[in-house]
Amino acid sequence: MGKKAKKKRLVIIGNGMAPGRALERLFETAPDAYEVTIFNAEPRVNYDRIMLSPVLSGEKSFEEIVIHGDGWYVQHGVILYKGAKVTSIDRAAKTITAEFIPSSSGHAPLEPSVSVPYDRLIIATGSSPIIIPVPGHDLAGVLSYRDVDDVNAMLLAAKSGGNAVVIGGGLLGLEAAAGLKEQGMDVTVLHLMPTLMERQLDPVAGHLLERAIKARGVNVLTQANTRAILGDGKVERVELDDGTILPADLVVMAVGIRPNAQLAKDANLDVNRGVLVDAAMRTSDPNIFALGECVEADGEVFGLVAPLYEMAEVVAAQLAGDAGVTFQPKATATKLKVTGINLYSAGDFAEGDDREEIVLRDAARGNYRRLVLKDNRIIGVVMYGDTGDGPWFFDQMKRTADVSEMRETLIFGPSLTGGIPLDPAAAVAALPDDAEVCGCNGVCKGKISGAIAGLGLKTLDDVRAHTKASASCGSCTGLVEQILMAQLGDAYSPSAVQPMCGCTGHGHDDVRRLIVAQKLKSIPDVMQALMWKSSGGCATCRPALNYYLLSTWPGEYADDAQSRFINERVHANIQKDGTYSVVPRMWGGMTSARELRAIADIVDKFDIPSVKCTGGQRIDMLGVRKEDLPAIWADLNATGLVSGAAYAKGLRTVKTCVGSDWCRFGTQDSTGLGIKLEKFLWGSWTPAKVKLAVSGCPRNCSEATCKDIGVICVESGYDIHFAGAAGLDIKGTELLGHVASEEEAIEIIAALTQLYRVQGRYLERIYKWAKRVGIDAIHAQVVEDKERRKALHDDFIHSQSFSQADPWAERVAGKDAHEFTPISVFNMVAAE
Amino acid sequence: MKADTHDWKLVGTLDEIPKQGARRVHHGDRTIALFRTQDDQIFALEDKCPHKNGQLSQGIVHGNCVTCPLHNWVISLETGTAQGTNEGRTQAYPVQVRDRKIYLDFTLNQVTC
Ligand SMILES: Cc1cc2nc3c(=O)[nH]c(=O)nc-3n(C[C@H](O)[C@H](O)[C@H](O)COP(=O)(O)OP(=O)(O)OC[C@H]3O[C@@H](n4cnc5c(N)ncnc54)[C@H](O)[C@@H]3O)c2cc1C
Ligand code: SF4
Ligand code: SF4
Repeated sequence: MGKKAKKKRLVIIGNGMAPGRALERLFETAPDAYEVTIFNAEPRVNYDRIMLSPVLSGEKSFEEIVIHGDGWYVQHGVILYKGAKVTSIDRAAKTITAEFIPSSSGHAPLEPSVSVPYDRLIIATGSSPIIIPVPGHDLAGVLSYRDVDDVNAMLLAAKSGGNAVVIGGGLLGLEAAAGLKEQGMDVTVLHLMPTLMERQLDPVAGHLLERAIKARGVNVLTQANTRAILGDGKVERVELDDGTILPADLVVMAVGIRPNAQLAKDANLDVNRGVLVDAAMRTSDPNIFALGECVEADGEVFGLVAPLYEMAEVVAAQLAGDAGVTFQPKATATKLKVTGINLYSAGDFAEGDDREEIVLRDAARGNYRRLVLKDNRIIGVVMYGDTGDGPWFFDQMKRTADVSEMRETLIFGPSLTGGIPLDPAAAVAALPDDAEVCGCNGVCKGKISGAIAGLGLKTLDDVRAHTKASASCGSCTGLVEQILMAQLGDAYSPSAVQPMCGCTGHGHDDVRRLIVAQKLKSIPDVMQALMWKSSGGCATCRPALNYYLLSTWPGEYADDAQSRFINERVHANIQKDGTYSVVPRMWGGMTSARELRAIADIVDKFDIPSVKCTGGQRIDMLGVRKEDLPAIWADLNATGLVSGAAYAKGLRTVKTCVGSDWCRFGTQDSTGLGIKLEKFLWGSWTPAKVKLAVSGCPRNCSEATCKDIGVICVESGYDIHFAGAAGLDIKGTELLGHVASEEEAIEIIAALTQLYRVQGRYLERIYKWAKRVGIDAIHAQVVEDKERRKALHDDFIHSQSFSQADPWAERVAGKDAHEFTPISVFNMVAAE
Repeated sequence: MKADTHDWKLVGTLDEIPKQGARRVHHGDRTIALFRTQDDQIFALEDKCPHKNGQLSQGIVHGNCVTCPLHNWVISLETGTAQGTNEGRTQAYPVQVRDRKIYLDFTLNQVTC
């Protein structure tokens, strides 16, 4: 084998979105050129910072916004120091020194600091929130809005309700306010200027926005200047210049950001507001690049990802040896990520003598558009309400297109301008190839359609993976889908977008998130709020919605029997001839003479044609007339037999072997553990059926390694397995972990079940869910992170407190009697 | 004036059927499913899916359709015809609601128009 050229050492300070993108590009073009080391003051991997607002409002979890998981760093041989802050750069020696920040969990770092040499260095320190130095700004309870820790602190504060004051009515402040409101706090936004987001919106749009924010129950005070934050040791009140006093349990300051340039300055690099770079993104030291929000280029500093991602392309190209790629700041468009509020703004929209404007108002629909023109070219766009045409205007603006020809209809957007039909797909089809679709990642339409055609892409996820379009803030998802639609026609099947069904464009995960975020508590509420296209849903979405509501609001949501499949509605399994089968529960597969005798008597009494043993160690009586069900259940109940839930998207069976009770190989009481598990888990509803097994030793007589959840007892304790399948698909389980005690095994299994209950899509079995979200992510939450595990376990117990009533006994007592009797009976004589 | 040639039989009341639910009427060998929609319309179909005779009364009612519990065919409550790409038709029966009372005509001697 040839001798490998020694790799150059690339060191990166900061692990935000900008360097993350630069590395992705670098690994694509020159995968072996550098040995990469990253220092990040934040103790975590690279995540999508712009999606913090959906995390705050509850629409997404942190796991969902991670861009590069731990595996990515391993795969690319990157050393990532989490929680390590670079304190100095020695340019002469070409080294940096970093100090480890003690983690909040109290682990002392092994060594306090480390020095590392570099050949090339990237400064990507981002920026810091500005804290206005009013008295009290350092009280406990005053937060900024920048990272996951801030969001966690806000979520914690919101748990006890109370009042939040958000200082700053810009993009971040409003997103924070909306999120805190969703979390149940009373929120007031203080804004210094007369209208909100005055840097991105004109006064009219600012007022429309204010109205929409207020309509969500958020209080807005404009021209409000904070004089002091008051409180004894922690925030209690906020005092304004005019003497107004506002109660406050939490204050969030979101008044702007400042580039983190101190480190560069200390190293005697040229620094102004930010770290100064040339068009190649090099600082005044040619071996040092700077990238991201810490940068000042062409006299500008930056606060949105689109230009940062362009910088990333440049840095990657330069590092790979392509000196031709350079950075020129371009206009960027702004959107607000508050569900239900749509606004779009780009460019310059101040009034001026040399400028004209075109305004469209549709008060009834709450729509507003304003275009600012100069010399027949669009130089500014502000849109509120229906913002779908935003990218088209922005495109006209960026290419400084002469719009005099279409001036008359320009304001109506591309659908009218040029006589293109109003169909949204056709409007997208009419976009030119170089029109930008995804602002965050700077992806134009041609790149998307090229990738669809060239790589044979079929789904949104494919497009995201290959082009990054709609992979960041997600607000262009609709456009990307329309491009897919326009290009693939019928081949872009709805199942590829995966809406829940034909009644909605939303996928399962979105619906679920929105149920939580908007606190939707009934099926009609969901259909109303999420604009269902059919009046009453269908047989696909209604059972799914019923499950999502049931699992989200235990104890609060009233189950809707009419939205359940017949088997769950009548607690028996329909057979092909319209009769039913009845399976009583036998805990852990154990039964007794008394139970068997009762079953035998019932079979005789009701003339039941077939009796069979099931694969889950139960007895199945088949061919029961529906009318007989309640009477049979009454007889079964009398012997203590309850429903075996053989029909349920829920816990079915826990199969066991005889274990240490009888078997000469048994290492633990597998039967006992199986019974405990079944008694703990029964009655729970889950996205799809759940079957367990416990084996007393690795000989595995109960076949635990093809179950949804399986336990194999060993001398030292219990191996917990999950995500097996033995149906349409056959798949062995994955090992989730090993524990020493039954208690711990039960806690992990409950946490696993609960995580599946809240993440699994309706009808998605555990193995499919695990494949979708990743074994590691599940392991992290139900095994590693003990707090999260405990919380999931507790949630499960809470939910179980409402679900463990025998449905058969309820029906014997008269519930849903209409199910089991005809409404009327006519014999032939009477009818003829 | 045309006489009402229907032979209406009282089979029950609106309140005996849950919204978006169904009940069965036994008529000799025939079983007829009575459906109540969300907006309180009542429809009557023979309780047999045109596909494999699934009991439509056990299905999920949505809009003016029912989904068969056996293989998810969707059947129009108004006409009894299978929707979408499936083909087949179940007998629909004339039904009337007066004063929350439901009347059904089993005779089928009407020309449906
Ligand atoms: C709540 C919120 C919402 C947003 N919404 C949008 C949006 O909708 N659209 C949009 O375009 N943009 C949005 N932004 C802005 C966008 O997130 C940022 O522009 C982008 O993340 C900046 O990336 P970066 O890599 O430059 O810096 P950062 O992501 O800030 O990363 C810098 C990292 O460097 C670390 N660091 C700093 N100093 C050191 C040191 N000395 N040693 C080691 N590590 C150090 C920091 O801990 C930090 O993790 C939003 C920002 C926030 C906070
Ligand atoms: S799994 Fe092991 S303990 Fe259980 S019955 Fe089989 S051999 Fe015995
Ligand atoms: S779908 Fe079928 S009976 Fe029905 S309807 Fe079907 S097989 Fe039947």
